[in-house]
Amino acid sequence: MSIPGTTTLLLDEPGVERTLVRLAGEILNGGVSSDLMLVGIHRRGAELATRLADLISEGAGSEIPTGSLDITLYRDDFDQIGPRPVIGQTEIPGNITGLRVVVVDDVLYTGRTVRAALNELADFGRPRRIELCVLVDRGGRELPIQADHVGVAVEVADGERVEVRVPELDGELSVMLVTSAENE
Amino acid sequence: MNQPRPEVALGKDLVGLEGLSRETITGILDTAEPFKEISERAIKKVPVLRGKTIVNLFFEPSTRTRISFEFAEKRLGADTVNISSSGSSVMKGETLVDTARNLEAMRIDMVVIRHASSGAARFLADRIPSNVINGGDGQHEHPTQALLDMLTLRDRLGRIEGLKVCIVGDIVHSRVARSNIFGLRALGAEVAVCGPRSLIPYGIEELGVETFYHIEDAIEWADALNILRLQLERMQTGFIPSLREYNRVFGVTRARLEKAPRDTVILHPGPMNRGVEIDSAVADGPQSVILPQVTNGVAVRMAVLYLLAGGVFGGAEAAKQESA
Repeated sequence: MSIPGTTTLLLDEPGVERTLVRLAGEILNGGVSSDLMLVGIHRRGAELATRLADLISEGAGSEIPTGSLDITLYRDDFDQIGPRPVIGQTEIPGNITGLRVVVVDDVLYTGRTVRAALNELADFGRPRRIELCVLVDRGGRELPIQADHVGVAVEVADGERVEVRVPELDGELSVMLVTSAENE
Repeated sequence: MNQPRPEVALGKDLVGLEGLSRETITGILDTAEPFKEISERAIKKVPVLRGKTIVNLFFEPSTRTRISFEFAEKRLGADTVNISSSGSSVMKGETLVDTARNLEAMRIDMVVIRHASSGAARFLADRIPSNVINGGDGQHEHPTQALLDMLTLRDRLGRIEGLKVCIVGDIVHSRVARSNIFGLRALGAEVAVCGPRSLIPYGIEELGVETFYHIEDAIEWADALNILRLQLERMQTGFIPSLREYNRVFGVTRARLEKAPRDTVILHPGPMNRGVEIDSAVADGPQSVILPQVTNGVAVRMAVLYLLAGGVFGGAEAAKQESA
């Protein structure tokens, strides 16, 4: 595969934008009505959800409610991996019971983040349906979870990392494949 | 994206704010922010401390602090046990260490202790492997109270640095005053105390605070007043002539507050003696943040429990990257 310590561009800015337009279209085809809500997983998933919501709102002609979810407190490895990141804000706009909720994240890997997100959502109510939309599916699942809407699917080795960059946090919109130097 | 992870700034215990850095205290307050939202949910519970056992060991009467800790623990999913001195083996003469060791033998994870003796929390923390949180020890410290006071001040005024905060009343008996002085000074606030000479400890200026002996001067100076409860149970020995006189000379009344050059924020750690240290019109007035203090108390205690249990603040996305 790639050389250790290198960063390879998987999607540039127009590439990410094209992919988001296609994903927005897919979600729209699922039938937009007043009961759709997007929920992005903190933090890059939340940024992507905002972008998707804008695109869907344009297509549908109405504002799509968008929330964000921080899953830190629902992780299954709190005792195992030591220091935890700072907790972000969870904001679910209104009651989710009866809605079609699309969970948005940047990268789908082991599936554990999604498992945590599903548990957290269940504490907010009982949606009619929950779907998963990810920009990148990198394989390597450890749980029986799959996405309904996938931007790009790439096979990535264990020592490598897929990095989604968004302007709000990283100054650019792109997807990178990073091979760590110590993993030779 | 490989930001260095910060050191875990809270160690095993939270005994006091003395000696804690500005970064650590700010980190606790920042960690409390996302916990506020959990108490607004329909299901007010997250599973982060699921399976942890926490003992609330209260050797002194307490309603607010004990319930606030208990809500915080339960909303993080921990199992809790409350022990108070009346009706337990403490009454039968068991020592603090023996009580704690017996609890340890039942495999607990954390202890919240309130005790009448200054130093009790430190004493316990040094002797058991569980995390120890000081819920108030004698006249020493009450760190979570000061943290919730600072969080509430920050909510209301947007910052702590540069604020002028005056602590009013019974300073000599007050662990709340000491914790506030340490915390506020670390965050760059100016701190003063105000009260009758008999209730201001000798040498207080060594902690870097100003002293006022007239409440009018304090009101003139301060952005916020933290009005302490006159601890009637510690007043047997004539520190003040009478409650009526205290109210006349040091009570924070509407008439006095109206002369303030700004909208002074009013804090009180509770329980209030209405008509003694604070008048009802002030306690229930628009400048009072006394009930927001109580709400913030739960969030601050959730943050402290979370951090002591292994969370850390200031890190980035590193952990999520590992298992996205």
